Amino acid sequence: MSGVPLAAYLALGLFMFMTGVVGVVIRRSPIVIFMCIELMLNAVNLTFLAFARYQFSPMVAGNSFKEGQSAMAGQMMVIFVMAVAAAEVAVGLGIIMAIFRLRDNIDIDEMNLLKG
Amino acid sequence: MAEWYDNLHPVWQALIRVLLFVGPLLTMVPALIWFERRVLGWFQDRIGPNRVGNITFQKKDKWVPEFLRGKKIRLFGLIQPIADGIKLFLKEDITPSSVDKVIYFLAPALALFPAFALGATLPWGPFKGLTPVADVNIGVLWIMAISSLGVYGVVLSGYASNNKYSLLGGLRSSAQLISYELGMGVSLACIALSTGSLKLTDMVTAQEGPLWGVVPAVSNWNILTPHGAIAAVVFAICMVAETNRAPFDLPEAENELVAGYHTEYSSMKFAVFFMGEYAAMAVYGGIFATVFLGGWHMPIPVRWDYIAESQPMLSGVVSYFQWADFWMAPAWFLLKVWIIIFGFVWLRATMPRLRYDQLMSLGWKTLLPIATVNLIVVATWLLLQEVAGPGPALALSVCTFAALWIIFRAVTRLEPAKENFLPNREISMVEVKPAEKPEAPEAAVA
Amino acid sequence: MLNLFAAVAAPKMAGFAITGELLFFAALAGLAMLSAVGVVAFNNAVRSALCLVLNFFVLAGIYFTLNAEMMGITQVVVYTGAIMVLFLFVIMLLNLSAPALLQDKNDPKTAVGMTLGMVMFTLVALQVLPGLMSKTEPGAVDGYGSPVNVGRALFTGFVIPFEAVSILLLIGIVGSILLAKRRF
Repeated sequence: MSGVPLAAYLALGLFMFMTGVVGVVIRRSPIVIFMCIELMLNAVNLTFLAFARYQFSPMVAGNSFKEGQSAMAGQMMVIFVMAVAAAEVAVGLGIIMAIFRLRDNIDIDEMNLLKG
Repeated sequence: MAEWYDNLHPVWQALIRVLLFVGPLLTMVPALIWFERRVLGWFQDRIGPNRVGNITFQKKDKWVPEFLRGKKIRLFGLIQPIADGIKLFLKEDITPSSVDKVIYFLAPALALFPAFALGATLPWGPFKGLTPVADVNIGVLWIMAISSLGVYGVVLSGYASNNKYSLLGGLRSSAQLISYELGMGVSLACIALSTGSLKLTDMVTAQEGPLWGVVPAVSNWNILTPHGAIAAVVFAICMVAETNRAPFDLPEAENELVAGYHTEYSSMKFAVFFMGEYAAMAVYGGIFATVFLGGWHMPIPVRWDYIAESQPMLSGVVSYFQWADFWMAPAWFLLKVWIIIFGFVWLRATMPRLRYDQLMSLGWKTLLPIATVNLIVVATWLLLQEVAGPGPALALSVCTFAALWIIFRAVTRLEPAKENFLPNREISMVEVKPAEKPEAPEAAVA
Repeated sequence: MLNLFAAVAAPKMAGFAITGELLFFAALAGLAMLSAVGVVAFNNAVRSALCLVLNFFVLAGIYFTLNAEMMGITQVVVYTGAIMVLFLFVIMLLNLSAPALLQDKNDPKTAVGMTLGMVMFTLVALQVLPGLMSKTEPGAVDGYGSPVNVGRALFTGFVIPFEAVSILLLIGIVGSILLAKRRF
């Protein structure tokens, strides 16, 4: 979208990322912490796409193989991040349910079995 | 397209397109309810609603005009859904005291939204600029995306009602919808592969070609091709599951869960759920018609253009058909949708409800493997057609299909012998010792 | 909402004309920020999840405004359609067996965390954003986000990472099945 500076997208991404960081720090439910991690991943996706849209060197897909490739790199990263996030959620929620079955509790501050 | 329409601001054009889609859909919902009840009545050897709207005029009354005296106006009960709607709107709107209020109010809206948004990429006629609402190049993905949003209304209403039955209904529904989306997505992917486009309008155009590329008089409806037929069966089953219709209506199984996720909803909110379900039925019917049954063309797969060319003496008759094919497109589309809805009702009248484990094993162990095998075969066929020509491609893709089928059978054989489910379903009327208590079903994290 | 956005971004955007597109973006961004805050601020896990759904949906809209329609629709399919439904599913399961666990208690770390977040936001923003203020015109070609182009790039230049990710997903499937299985 022309007229919107790149910095606006980056500021939004940064804000979302920091919100996610704060959430990881202050919340105690592992599910919400997980959601905050997803928020951070999405903030990163947003910056990737913003940079992919506002490319600095005028790259046209098809100039050369290498340049066409680097023009698409941002979106490719977004796809990979999404796939990793999906795998992570499947395993992570499985772990949370396993812990809940084992201990009947999911409070993150009480998961201290490994503490000396 | 008329000039005045082209000169309109794009926003007004978009508004007209939306209204042209949503208006008929909204009108269709009551007609659909009446149709379902009448057809169900027919299946069950009873009459069904046929009274509301019949007017009998008195023979001697000065207020009745001469020509109407003693006459009867029959509407076959068409007004019944409207009467039902008025009844629902006038009922008391009960909000239970300990519900999660915000989500309780939000859930019906979330249930209605996907049903209407789903049709945004659906072309109901050949009229460029009027339909579809948005002819984007991600049409099939849009369907996948929006249909996956249908879960929220059900899950949230189940949660917000603060009722164990509702919650169980919501849980079941989310598991069901997630499971059947996969089969639906993969079967749509087959068609997208063979069409070479994700646009729904391109799919309609591709189905205008000659059948299998060799029979010039018959058009290439996807349901007439081998891979398309398999995909159509998988898609149809998944479609019924996605709309929570019988025999997949476990989320609202009345003998186990009262009314499932909408147990606590009354009056208008219940009506909204009801409307969402029927609108979704109609829109899914439209998607099926577009993807598999040739879209807005006449419901017989004949290529009139070819016949007019090859048989010049028939061209006079054929020109009428061509005219009807083009100008009556919305009617044909509606007819196809209506046939599919009849199929929905037929299923409801015929099939008993599935058990939960049957539902899951059908979705994951039958539909998904079949759709995946289909996808691999289509991909092989398309690749070999470019590399080796149509003949070897056909032979090799049949071989691929056979090989995959053998692997599929072998894998199902490898599965441990079926456990006897009977002990789990036994209900003992006397006290159960804790050690003998049946375990909770393994419905959890699948 | 707009005020919130303006408070963050206005000083930096002093030289730009206010266009309809900018306002549209501001509305979307404000909604995204509000819902992001909501994820952290609500004590109820279901509310947090709903805020996250809204956030992802708005982000998909922002991707559409960036002309990356393939990514936008994938965002809806993957995040709102699959991941968040899974989250809600687990929350419901916990709600069925132990509803008290889903209510978060207040934590003494809250103030520390918020201060930390604000400081980091300011620091990174001051470091990164001023250098990029002049960039307002997109450099990518039209249709760079269409399914055809994305798919072509994915299966030519990026095919090895793509396969690696698919193996990762396979491992994820196996792992979650193992975790969900009761008897080994």
